[in-house]
Amino acid sequence: MCLSIPSKVVKISDDQTMCTVDTMGVQRNANLMMMEDGDVCLGDYVLLHIGFVMNKIDEEEALSSIDTYKEILEHMNNEERQRAILEDDECESRGQKYAEEIKR
Amino acid sequence: MEELELKNLYDNFRDSETIKAYAKIIAQDAKKLEKPINIMEVCGGHTHTIMKYGLPQLLPKNINFIHGPGCPVCIMPKERIDHAYVLSMQENVILVTLGDMIKIPGSNGSLQDARAKGADVRFVYSPMECIKIAEENPEKTVIFFAIGFETTTPMTAVLVQEVINRKLKNILFHINHVTVPEVMVELIDSRDVHVDSYNNQIDAFLGPSHVSVIAGSKIYDKFPKDYARPVVVTGFEPVDAMQGISMIIKQFIEKRCELEIQYKRVVSTEGNLKAQNLINTYFEKMSLFRWRGIGNVPNSGLKLRNIYAQYDAEKVYKDVLPISEIEDHKLCICGDILRGMAKPQECTIFGTACKPTKPVGSCMVSSEGACAAYYKYGNLTFSTSA
Repeated sequence: MCLSIPSKVVKISDDQTMCTVDTMGVQRNANLMMMEDGDVCLGDYVLLHIGFVMNKIDEEEALSSIDTYKEILEHMNNEERQRAILEDDECESRGQKYAEEIKR
Repeated sequence: MEELELKNLYDNFRDSETIKAYAKIIAQDAKKLEKPINIMEVCGGHTHTIMKYGLPQLLPKNINFIHGPGCPVCIMPKERIDHAYVLSMQENVILVTLGDMIKIPGSNGSLQDARAKGADVRFVYSPMECIKIAEENPEKTVIFFAIGFETTTPMTAVLVQEVINRKLKNILFHINHVTVPEVMVELIDSRDVHVDSYNNQIDAFLGPSHVSVIAGSKIYDKFPKDYARPVVVTGFEPVDAMQGISMIIKQFIEKRCELEIQYKRVVSTEGNLKAQNLINTYFEKMSLFRWRGIGNVPNSGLKLRNIYAQYDAEKVYKDVLPISEIEDHKLCICGDILRGMAKPQECTIFGTACKPTKPVGSCMVSSEGACAAYYKYGNLTFSTSA
């Protein structure tokens, strides 16, 4: 019920009461009467709910979240790499096995 | 990343690797918790996300969800659904509502049943479609049956404003808008016989996403301050939900109790002030609203202000609308589920006598209700004998 869809504004009516938004390739009209005049501009990302633009999406905040997620993933990948190296170092039979393989 | 693309707003917040990364962070942090914590996700949208993406399976056993009452269709008492049904059956009436209401059964049947009996019931995507319907049918009265939380209320307010500005005489409103903070208070501060057990169930709230876009995070200020419950306002995507849960756990292990916003890309402290003004211009609080499964909650419902009484279908059709309260089936435990006292599968009629196709209780009636989400995504097996 309270779900809403991120969309991009591609057209604004002359009286600024309506706009056309693109939602992943689908275009539809949306009412702007819940937004202050001039608040929504072409190219803005907005949230759409039952035919209305309910708010703008703050690009900087969205990018900052995405950057945080990337950092977390990089950090985790690094940790896993380090753990793999440590496990490999601690493997007692590794040298022996390798020597046996060479012999064969 | 330097420039945002629309697909980032979908893909990056549903990324399975990021979800797994948060699952690891949460698992590490949860080991430091002194006791298990119960997190209530207030909103049905969150319930849907949590079940759809199987988040409980990704979380340690000491993190438990309590599925809250944030589904406006689920909490609608039967007598108000009966109002919609009765209004639709009146002569020269077109009853208009949002699609979520189609299948909800009242005591005489659903609006779909009313339509099958010849009533003119129309389901719209946006309330503004009422204007076109009214203009095309000047000899009929269009009644907009308005439902929803703070998210949807301002859209009804815009419609009221347009009806007044355009001097449309044939649109009336049946208002069923409700507000979230009051029912959150009710759930943690019940003063009835169960008070001790209820009071201790909810440790923290995952705050609603789009209610907060409109109303601002300020509406939850009192929960950390007066009720010692942390609130993290969180977005609806699965990565948002995992990050929100992680933020709640960090508050517990760092012994903080605060209001935080995870969903900063759209939620601010103040919210959408123009939308709030629209709500305040046309609506005022009702002293009581009866929530299905929960009961009377003071100040949680809205009605049209008295100066707009001429547009209020509850007043205009007062003589034909039923006034008695209708209780749910005695086997239904939705009230306990909404209060965190029980899980859907503990109900004896869950998945047997009560299914999404034939719901008995409130939590099964909409896809955002806890029981419907468990039924659809819970991977549970059901007895076919009942």
